[in-house]
Formats: sequence, structure tokens, C-alpha cells
Amino acid sequence: MSPELEIQLVAVVVAVACALPGVFLVLRRMALMSDAISHAILLGIVLGFFVAGDLTSPLLVVGAAATGVLTVALVELVYRTGLVKEDAAIGIVFPALFSVGVILIARYAGDVHLDVDAVLLGELAFAPFDRMEVAGRDVGPRGLWVMGSILLLNVAFIAVFFKELKLTTFDAALAGALGFSPALVHYLFMSMVSITAVGAFDAVGSILVIALMIAPPAAAYLLTDDLGRMIGLSAAIGAVSAIAGFWLSFLLDASIAGCMATMTGVAFTASFLFAPERGLVAAVRRRARQRLEFAQRMLAIHLAQHEGAPDAVEESRVDHLHEHLRWTPEFAGRVVRESERRGLVRREGERLWLTEFGRAYADRSFVAD
Amino acid sequence: MTAERPAIEVNDLTVAYRDRPALWDIDLEVPSGVLMAIVGPNGAGKTTLIKAILGLVRPAAGQVQIHGRPYEENRRLVAYVPQRGSVDWDFPTNVLDVVMMGRYGALGWFRRPGRRERELAMAALEQVGMAAFADRQISQLSGGQQQRVFLARALVQDAQVYLMDEPFQGVDARTERAIVALLQELRASGRTVLVVHHDLQTVPEYFDWVMLLNVRRIASGPVDEVFTDRNLRLTYGGRVPFIAAVAPQGTGVGGDGRVGDGSPGPGRLAGEAGVAAAKRTADGSER
Repeated sequence: MSPELEIQLVAVVVAVACALPGVFLVLRRMALMSDAISHAILLGIVLGFFVAGDLTSPLLVVGAAATGVLTVALVELVYRTGLVKEDAAIGIVFPALFSVGVILIARYAGDVHLDVDAVLLGELAFAPFDRMEVAGRDVGPRGLWVMGSILLLNVAFIAVFFKELKLTTFDAALAGALGFSPALVHYLFMSMVSITAVGAFDAVGSILVIALMIAPPAAAYLLTDDLGRMIGLSAAIGAVSAIAGFWLSFLLDASIAGCMATMTGVAFTASFLFAPERGLVAAVRRRARQRLEFAQRMLAIHLAQHEGAPDAVEESRVDHLHEHLRWTPEFAGRVVRESERRGLVRREGERLWLTEFGRAYADRSFVAD
Repeated sequence: MTAERPAIEVNDLTVAYRDRPALWDIDLEVPSGVLMAIVGPNGAGKTTLIKAILGLVRPAAGQVQIHGRPYEENRRLVAYVPQRGSVDWDFPTNVLDVVMMGRYGALGWFRRPGRRERELAMAALEQVGMAAFADRQISQLSGGQQQRVFLARALVQDAQVYLMDEPFQGVDARTERAIVALLQELRASGRTVLVVHHDLQTVPEYFDWVMLLNVRRIASGPVDEVFTDRNLRLTYGGRVPFIAAVAPQGTGVGGDGRVGDGSPGPGRLAGEAGVAAAKRTADGSER
């Protein structure tokens, strides 16, 4: 395998592994918790390194995952005191843990590959240099094996606990009443998030993990109404962003992880703007259509109210509509044209007549539908 | 099942949030096969009582038994309808899926719902008149439809005891009648139903038992015995003009001009507005 292909493969695996737990983070409104965890695990990694004396030891992953769960517990503890709001609790806990990690690195681990740049951004480009050897044979980049295992773990976790995750996310009270401990599911899930963050940390650093965890699910959320499909779409968006990010970094000669995160942002923005039903463009269009539709209804009712009344001539003139209904002349013109087209009104010069259809339409409008 | 034991027994139950008691030494015995309202002002601990029965909040003291056993052992006998507003209705799922959640307890950990669960869920939707909405995304439901979906989810549990937290909240009159009919059917088939209720006016009409609660239990028992003016005054601290609420309609309680109220039928009576005003008073001031 060429190094380029290997990098892309690691990138895709990292992105998909992050997107999966991200779905539930987004649905549980805990997006910020990914931020907290991905930073706080630095302390766990450093402590794991001190104990193991080796950067490749599995002890680092264990230590880091434990710190992630500790972060969640500490945030809850601070929040439960009732003295601090939850977002503030997050803001207090993780920088404390993170900063201890940073100080420990600067003070005691300056000579190893654990510098602050790598911590924040990771370095995906180095992934092919760190090989995995089994019985003296090269079996590919270590990152691919680590992240691949974490990805499988995530897939298995979601497959096994799908029902429990769904129920505790949607209705924790019912879950509790039915005997599915929401707290147990919560901490299992948070452990998964922590493990994923540790694995992705190497590749993309602690800040961009957040983008990979949150942006693809947030984009997918706008595209579908089905949880299963949302998970699949999140994974797909993550994978596509990873590959697109790689090639963008190639073009710009910039950080791969940075470009990947940028692409997840692009994917979210595209979904935010152009999602078929929930996108901004669709919403604006729908509102404009509703406004026009409503205005036609108003016009029909207006004409019906004054039909046969002494002021009918005055009230039914196109050039007076904007005064009576407080529309701009342009909008009034559009409403009249559209109403004519639909056969609601007939126009003679400046005078408008309600058609039979228009009268029925006005009548119907009084009945709530 | 031990039918001779009361459906729900609560002994000396005290729940406190920090040092503020939400429920203070509650004793309650609900016999099998009654339809019981829990009424009381806001902050009286109605939701807390339901949650304590379900083991969702930890009591400071006291115990709860369902048909003679602790809740943990008789979980399967109990169905729960939380407040409609307690969940995120934008959650990406459809009506059928939400109703199937009612079967999760019987399935236990790890087992996935299958065809049987789907059929049971469809039958429950049929019962609440929502079968046509099975595939509907839940965010597209009206308040009354959401409530009916929740009800179907409880029905599908096929429980002996139903605990419902404000099932009439924000539903229209027609849905309210449909829900009441269902609750009365449940009672007729021997189930026990506890309903947190806000509308004092309809208590005698809908329920045969009632509990008046304001942190302490003021009274509980058959409606015609305990739903008295005196007990209501004790419960609401004299804030409720219950006399006005049950007095002949149109006594002018509702002089606040809110006849329209945003959801008017053309023939809405001034007397109804009066009742509505009395209701609002009864609800207290939080909402």
C-alpha cells in the first residue's frame, strides 16, 4: 500500500469511528462533553506514559479512557451541587485536567514525542511511519490497527446496545422505570466516547476530534428522521470528509487533520443550507410560499367580505389593495397575478371580482382545517 | 399476582430535594381496579410521588410496594406515562418505534424487538386511534397525538398498574374524552390507574378515587367521600374557589375576557371560560 492510501485509510477509519458515538452525543445534547473528554484524556495519556514508560503501551489507552470517564463523573458532581450550571461545570472541569496534563508534559516529558502541537492537532501524515509488526512481519500502520479495533468496538457496542441507547436517549425516565439503568448505559457510552477520543487523539489531536464527532452527526440529523439512517449517514459523511480532507490538504499543503475537520464543516454547512426539508433554503422557500398562499386567502376573504357592500367598488380595486391590506404594491401585484392564475379572482381593469371558486375558497378559509 | 394485596402501597414515604421536603411521610393505599386522580397545587409533589413509586427518585425514607412486592420485583406489572414534555419530540424516530419501546421491559437487555412487538404496537395504536400514524415522524404530531402515542406505549406493556403524569395536558376536548374512555376501559378490565390531574372540575366525572396531595397526603379514598370542599381547601390552602368551579356555569368567575383563548369553537360559552379561569386558579401560579 502506498503511504497516501494508508493515510486515507486511517483517516476514514478515524472519521467513521468518531462519527458513530457522535450520533448519540448530538442526540443527548452532550456535544460539549466530547470537547471535555478529548482534552481531559491528555492527563490520562501522560500518567499512563509515566507508569508504562512507553508511548505505545496499551496502558495509555486505559489511563486515558479512565480520565475521560472521570471527567464525566466530575462534571456531574460539580453540576449536582446545584451551585454551577452544567455548561459551566464542563468549562471548569476539563481545562483543569487538561492543564495538569500540559504542565506534566512540559516539566517531565519534554524529550519524548508528546509535544503540545501534536496534542492539539495530531499528525496524520506520520501515520505510515509507525508500523505494526506481527512476528517480525509488517502488517500496516499501527494507527490503522488501533483505530480499526476501536471502530469495530464502536460498531459492536452500538449494535448490542442499540435498543438501550435509543431508549435512554429518548426517554431516560421510562428507561429507568423499565429497569434499564440510564446511568449504567450513560457511563458505558461515555467510556466508548473516551476510548474513541484516545484513539483518534494520535491521528487528529484533541481539538479536531470534536469536529469529527459532532459535525457529521449534526449534518445527518438534518437529513433524516430515522435513527439507523442517521448513524449510517453520519459514518458516510465522516468518511467522505476524511477523503476530501486528505486531497484538500494535498492541494493546500496543509495539515491533513485540519483539512478533514474543515471538510466536516463544509458537509455540515451544505446540509444546513440545502437539506431537503429542514435546510435553510427549503425553510425560506416554504415560508415564502406560505406567505403568498396566505395572502391569496386574505385577498379572497377581503373581496368576499365587501362583495355587494356599498364600498365594494372602492375595496376591490387593485391599486387600492396595498392600502387596505398594508401590502407593498409589488407584493399586491404578485398576489393578484397568482390569484388570477389559480382562478380565484377575475380582473377587469383595476376592479377585481371573486370567481365562484374564489368565493368557495374564502368560505372554506373560515372553517378551521 | 396477588390480587388480595392493594395494587399500590406507600408507607411513610418522604422524598427531599436537599433539605426541602417534596413529599412528607406519605401513606397511601390504592386498591386494585380503581381509577384514581392525584390532585394538588403545583409543587405539591405529584410527579415526585409517581417517580418515587417507580424508583426513579430515591426516597429519604419509606417504602413502596406494588401488589405486595417492592417495585424492582414487580416492575413488569407497572406501566408509566411520563409528561409529554419530558422527551425530545425531534428525536429521529417514528410513532411505531416509540410505541414498541413499551415492550423493551419485557424484552430485557440486548434482545431486539421483532414482529411480535410490531404487531402488539400496531394493536395498541389501533386502540388509541393512531394506527394511520404508525410511520409518521414523531415531530409531526400534535400535542394530543403525542399523548395518544404515549398512551399506546403504556398499553403495549400490558401492565396491571398504570401511572400517568398529566395525560390530559395540552390535549383538546375530544382527545381528552377518548383518553378517559380508554382509562375507564382499563379499570373495567381490572387494572389500576393513577393519573396526575389538574382539572378539579372533571374529577368526579372521570375518576372513582382521588388523592389530595400537598407535600403531605391530605386525603385519599373514593371521590364521593374525600373530594370535599374542606379537603380541597386544606390542599390548596384556600386559594381555590372550588365553590365557584362547581357552581352553575356562568357565575362570572371568568371575567377576564379570555373567552377566545386561542382555540375557540364558535359556540364557546362564557360559563366555560369561567371554569377555565377557576382551573387556572386551581393550578396555582407556576404555569
